[in-house]
Amino acid sequence: MQFSEHWLRTLVNPPLSSQELAHLLTMAGLEVEEMQPVAPAFGGVVVAQVLSVDKHPDADKLKLCRVDAGLGEPLQIVCGAPNVAVGMKVPCALVGAALPGITIKKAKVRGVESFGMLCSARELGISEDHGGLLALAQDALVGQDIRQHLLLDDTLFTLKLTPNRADCLSLQGIAREVAALSGAPLTLPGIEPVAAMHDRQRPILLDAPKVCPRYCGRIVSGVNARAASPDWMKQRLERRGIRAISALVDVTNYVMLELGQPLHAFDNAKLEGSIHVRYPLAGEQLLLLNEQTITPAADAALIADEHQGARALALAGIMGGEDSGISDATTDLFLESAFFSPAAIAGKARALGFSSDASYRYERGVDFRLQRAAIERATQLILDICGGSPGRVVEAVSPAHLPQRPPVKLRSARAAKVLGIQLSVAQIEKLLQGLGFPLTRTTDDFVITPPSYRYDIEIEEDLIEEIARLHGYDNIPAPLPSGSLAMLPLPEEQRGAMQLRHQLAERDFQEVVNYSFVDAAWEADFYGNTAPIALANPIASQMGVMRSGMIGGLVGTLAYNLKRRTKRVRVFEIGRGFLHDPAAVAVAGFHQPLRIAALCAGPADPEQWCAATRNVDFFDLKADVESLFSQRQLSFVKLAHPALHPGRAATILLDGDAIGMIGELHPQWVQKYELASLGNAAPIVFEIELAALTHQPLPRYREVSRFPSVERDLALLVAHDQPLQPLLDALRAAAPAIVRDIQLFDLYHGKGIDDKQKSLAFHIVMQDTEKTLADSEADAVINRLIEIAADKFSAVLRS
Amino acid sequence: MQHIEQLISAATTEFAGVNDAAQLEQAKARYLGKSGSLTELLKGLGKMPAEERRSAGAAINRAKDQIEASLNTRREAIKRAALEAQLDASALDITLPGRGRGRGGLHPAIRTLERIQELFRSIGFEVADGPEIEEDWYNFTALNTPENHPARSMHDTFYLEDAPGVLLRTHTSPVQIRYMKAHVARYGHLEHMPEIRIIAPGRVYRVDSDATHSPMFHQVEGLWVGENVCFADLKGVAADFLRRFFESDDLKVRFRPSFFPFTEPSAEIDVAFMSGTMEGRWLEIAGCGMVHPNVLRNGGIDPERYTGFAFGMGPDRLTMLRYGIDDLRLFYDGDLRFLAQFN
Repeated sequence: MQFSEHWLRTLVNPPLSSQELAHLLTMAGLEVEEMQPVAPAFGGVVVAQVLSVDKHPDADKLKLCRVDAGLGEPLQIVCGAPNVAVGMKVPCALVGAALPGITIKKAKVRGVESFGMLCSARELGISEDHGGLLALAQDALVGQDIRQHLLLDDTLFTLKLTPNRADCLSLQGIAREVAALSGAPLTLPGIEPVAAMHDRQRPILLDAPKVCPRYCGRIVSGVNARAASPDWMKQRLERRGIRAISALVDVTNYVMLELGQPLHAFDNAKLEGSIHVRYPLAGEQLLLLNEQTITPAADAALIADEHQGARALALAGIMGGEDSGISDATTDLFLESAFFSPAAIAGKARALGFSSDASYRYERGVDFRLQRAAIERATQLILDICGGSPGRVVEAVSPAHLPQRPPVKLRSARAAKVLGIQLSVAQIEKLLQGLGFPLTRTTDDFVITPPSYRYDIEIEEDLIEEIARLHGYDNIPAPLPSGSLAMLPLPEEQRGAMQLRHQLAERDFQEVVNYSFVDAAWEADFYGNTAPIALANPIASQMGVMRSGMIGGLVGTLAYNLKRRTKRVRVFEIGRGFLHDPAAVAVAGFHQPLRIAALCAGPADPEQWCAATRNVDFFDLKADVESLFSQRQLSFVKLAHPALHPGRAATILLDGDAIGMIGELHPQWVQKYELASLGNAAPIVFEIELAALTHQPLPRYREVSRFPSVERDLALLVAHDQPLQPLLDALRAAAPAIVRDIQLFDLYHGKGIDDKQKSLAFHIVMQDTEKTLADSEADAVINRLIEIAADKFSAVLRS
Repeated sequence: MQHIEQLISAATTEFAGVNDAAQLEQAKARYLGKSGSLTELLKGLGKMPAEERRSAGAAINRAKDQIEASLNTRREAIKRAALEAQLDASALDITLPGRGRGRGGLHPAIRTLERIQELFRSIGFEVADGPEIEEDWYNFTALNTPENHPARSMHDTFYLEDAPGVLLRTHTSPVQIRYMKAHVARYGHLEHMPEIRIIAPGRVYRVDSDATHSPMFHQVEGLWVGENVCFADLKGVAADFLRRFFESDDLKVRFRPSFFPFTEPSAEIDVAFMSGTMEGRWLEIAGCGMVHPNVLRNGGIDPERYTGFAFGMGPDRLTMLRYGIDDLRLFYDGDLRFLAQFN
């Protein structure tokens, strides 16, 4: 909401500077977003009249003018403007005037003396118009300072209004607020009923009273639609950002800005019979003023007449129709001033893809007692400007459908409890009186009847906010609250996402945050998901579906950084995947698990001196995964996954449950996702359910033996495609309690052993807590292990 | 006897001149060896008269001790010098860089979330969480924002295809409702329910994209509900948090009336720094207010008995102000050159 400070001050004029006024509004909840002077600082420019215009003796495009600037003697001024003419009144910068960018001096222009400059609007810095001199009104006073004449010492205020304060969408409403806040008196324009001068009228029928509980209409005949709006009105409209169009349109806009009541003017000659406010007929269409043809929603209301039985004229509360509107040729008006219910208008314009001044106000709430005053005000202005003769106001009203304003109770004690300050009952009463709401008081409590222009006073808390606002939020203290010192639980077996982030950061991973919505192709390529959760209104098609996992995003991050010549990328993300799942409960049908995913590509370690560079591989990332689970035992089984290399991918199992996957990115995505610059360094990824990582069992003590341990190495030859895990699991399962650890320490195939075999070497640690182990006991264990390996995996001892 | 004194002096001088362990041993032999000077003197003792022999013997033994001490001192010095020379030869260029694995880091906005969580945890706020695909009821209706409420136009909402009544949450406020309901289910039977003190950080979504708006961004919701929670408490907690977060005691904090459907009274929190490029400018930093009675009711809580405050802040914006970042898009590009600056 933008408006001229000068206009506001004609209605209420507190003894405050512009800055102070802005602060007052902002701190009362009407945030002043911007303040902009109407004109830059300048002086020495007055209203002048052109007395004569002659050709410049030496230049075709220049003219020699004699100008009356109210100085007694006429001034000789050389002027190049195309529109200079005898008799016109123009701004004249006198010698010594300081304009934006230049100071006016006595000068010789092509040999002729010039004592000043006649100005365009742009030269004064008040608009971009440089088409010629700024033509002033013929009644402008010669010699008057142009700043006074054009009211240039004015500031444009822009308010950022919250949706609850529709009452401040008018100058009257803002003035009312300023009066309540500052105590300055309110001087609203007096509005008198305009007596009817003829008896022509249109009956009004409210067939949709839920949408329209009040409608006032009046015929004004014999108007001059071509009359010019007065300068003051044009100026106030323009300073609100509304272009002046014609006197009739300007008046309806002006009254809307002044009082907050949207008005509509129909060309009465185009109407037939009574006016109906009704729901649309089946299949009914309407061409709106914005040239959009609409089929109104069934619960929208139309303004209609009786042409051929029934004809739609306008979309109630939103926009007039193209065919019934006024034009320059209009002589008789039908003026509408109606109240439409917020709930009935809300969302209707948005559904049609536009917003209008009228719908914006109606859906937030127009004062439902304002219609008659507004139509009288508009009538008077039309008569003053365009002439004409008014009929009487026909008012149709359905009182039962008008908004109700049930009284609201306010308890002083409740205000104190909610705000945390002790205001006296007298203080509260004084604050409420300032708002001008009707109120009654019983000892400590009040009953307030909210006024028709306020839609945001329904419950006690609304009044508490009013009190706080008027008292000033600044005047409420900000103590540190005191409370019980009970400690928060800190479950040791729980690990938060933050701890996991730090753990991965310590292992050289950088956290990223990628968008949750992705390209549908990513879902298909990396998850084989051809039915992803799609957005109805994505901002771009490549952000059209919800990700089911984070691999696509991480590959995107990799490609982004490769393009910027980063050769080593190690990134992770913690976020949600989104999946269709009929069993999901929190939000029915949508499973949204938190996950942790990582990608690494390029050198395993940062480039450094005296260390050979090698590319990161599956086992590097596997170690990262294992470190996240610390002492918990994971197992890995072969996995076929669309994102991953078929021979280098695994499902990660924890206690037998699949909790994630790890693998090398499938080579087929390297070209498509612009990863070719990696060469033969394949990206490795993992993705794990966060829930599997947040539980961490409490450590359990095991006695540390005082007796020496026995260590043995055992090398077994097995088939070259024998996976380690089952063998290791079997050895561990068969080992007696004295075996503390079995670790693989070497894998060999090549010279010295059969092509179809490989050698796996294990380091075995044995220890007893009761005694020193005898060699024979250790030998027995080793023999037992060899036996198991031979039985189940056809392994032989490597000699 | 004068001869003995000269002998000690000569030995000490000779040892001092030797810089090599082998030469030192040869020098030793000249005094203490089988035919060394001192040994010769000892051999001569027998020829002395008995009364002289005793005192001469004592003098010779003293001299022997002194020469041996002098020898040992020199031995030690030569050994030390040899070790030093050896260590010198194996010195490293200690200016070469360290080796090993690098170190990553947290995303700057997450780093901010962590600080927020820790600050609030220090006054008893736990972290709560909620779904990002959310039901319309939790995101709007339960928060006192019914269908067609003009406040809905403040949030441009992402909707899902073929899923009426489901959307991407536009704020973290729905967590308020979910948490209150769970809290009441757990403690509602008690005469005095424990207080609710939570913060709920997370991702939120709005149809918006430019240098200062991202279609996905972070928000942190705070909620404190109890039998005696008031607006003054809200001011106290929020101002204290902001001063701790920015580590600036002279940070100016102001509360300005505003409107949110789910709080009443409502306020916007502005801060102004007293130095730096933003000096003196009021910057909008959070929305807050007393939880609206309808919202408490929708959470299953009696608003007559319990009151509460809630706030919502943008950690992305806090991060930008804290570290002087001027473009929000950097947060979601994944550019390692940007992200690594915060490690």
